[in-house]
Amino acid sequence: MSEHATIIPHLFRTEYRKIVSVLCRHFGFRELEIAEDIASETFLVAMQAWGLEGLPPNPAGWLYTTAKNKAKNYLQRESVFQDKISKGLQNNDRQDIGEEIDLSLQNINDSQLQMMFAICHPAISREAQIGLSLRILCGFGIEEIATAFMTTREVINKRLFRAKDKLREEQVQIELPPAAEIDARLEQVLTTIYLLFNEGYYSVSQNHTLKKELCLEAMRLCTMLIENPETNKPQVNALLALMCFHASRFDARTNADGAIILYDEQDSSLWNTDLISKGGYFLNMAAQGNKLSRYHLEAGIAAWHTQQYDSPEKWEAILHLYNQLLQREYSPVAALNRTYAVAKVKGKQAAIAEAEKLNLPENRFYHSLLGELYGGLDDEKANVHWQTALSLTKTDADKEAIRRKLKK
Amino acid sequence: MEEYIVIMRLDLLTQEAQPSPEQMEGYMKQYHDWVGGIAAQNKFSGGKGLAVEGKVLKPNDVITDGPFVEIKESVAGFIIIKAASLEEAVEMAQSCPILKGEGNSVEVRKIISVHES
Repeated sequence: MSEHATIIPHLFRTEYRKIVSVLCRHFGFRELEIAEDIASETFLVAMQAWGLEGLPPNPAGWLYTTAKNKAKNYLQRESVFQDKISKGLQNNDRQDIGEEIDLSLQNINDSQLQMMFAICHPAISREAQIGLSLRILCGFGIEEIATAFMTTREVINKRLFRAKDKLREEQVQIELPPAAEIDARLEQVLTTIYLLFNEGYYSVSQNHTLKKELCLEAMRLCTMLIENPETNKPQVNALLALMCFHASRFDARTNADGAIILYDEQDSSLWNTDLISKGGYFLNMAAQGNKLSRYHLEAGIAAWHTQQYDSPEKWEAILHLYNQLLQREYSPVAALNRTYAVAKVKGKQAAIAEAEKLNLPENRFYHSLLGELYGGLDDEKANVHWQTALSLTKTDADKEAIRRKLKK
Repeated sequence: MEEYIVIMRLDLLTQEAQPSPEQMEGYMKQYHDWVGGIAAQNKFSGGKGLAVEGKVLKPNDVITDGPFVEIKESVAGFIIIKAASLEEAVEMAQSCPILKGEGNSVEVRKIISVHES
């Protein structure tokens, strides 16, 4: 493969989003599609030109100049149209075309950050926020987004189209929210980033490269928030810490067939110590101030999980953090994990008593947990729960993992 | 599901009855284990602890330093839980760790708000 053919996909991933953010911020949301088209065309031109003439000395700079020229041409044509044909028909809130399109590093970063807040706007659904984030902030193709969501291109196209329409309709501005609103809006952004991460971390999709990329993109977006003084808040650091801790187990948590390897059975030599210490650093940064977010609690739990060896302190601390997390916000996953911690602190009997009150009969992890807890105490009951878990499990790899439990 | 308030009464004032910081830490752990168990069933609606300082207001502009009532136990805090019946609410409240203390009490009452229709 020639040099340009390998570098273009890479540049597309890193530069497309920058060009779109800067242009869109320049044009306004009304012309998001135009910004996307110009960015796509820029890469098309690059593909042709670089194939003939070879790689320019500064490929990213080349792309910026080309995009800038295309944008100028577009604005010129538009202004002719506005002046001569539709003058007075509509308001023109676009910036003056004489103004230079600014592709400086600073403006690229600012634009992407502002774009993040605009996309994570409460006017559109979470799914649409994640989809648009992947498209506009991460430069993912529609095909990849469809794979990540396990759906079709048509569904994703429709979803993104509706979301863009809605953002225009609501006249969402591409700007950082005012200081008084930043915490509330940041909450939205963090939720979307965390869901994006979870989409990669927990999705049943078998495409491992893509799953890992989703996680890395979520971490990159969060890092951008930390790099900006206005959004570098404790809860943002806590979320990044949490994602670092989780990501540290990425290579240890699935086997060659893609089945999940439970925490207890993971080869901890595969845990990424670099990410664990990064997580520790950001958790420390998160401890500034007196605000305790759910991400602090979850990062605390994840931090304890990076300690390989069991100790009474470890599980008591984890139980305490789950107690606090659940008081703040219920989720079945947290309820099940808390019960596992109860077993570690107070023994299986106590945990069974609590587990049976959880009332999650449709949840396969609920039955896996009870299977685990009854194991050794009442193997017959344990098997009944493993059987139920098996009947609720969809992927072959996960079914196989449960069958191994049944045999024991 | 109805909401019930679980009011916890403790002797907060008698010097000798007050726990040491270490004891307090142990009590809080038990308390959070209890509430965490309720929250894990998605039946925890909220709750607050109360400071020892307070005022008690009576008719004719009488204001005294609170939180005194005519018994020596005063309200230390409360949580609000979701339960299908008073019986279920009582069952959950029965595991409240403060009931291990002599003289302490827990009161369970169904919430019927006068502020919402």
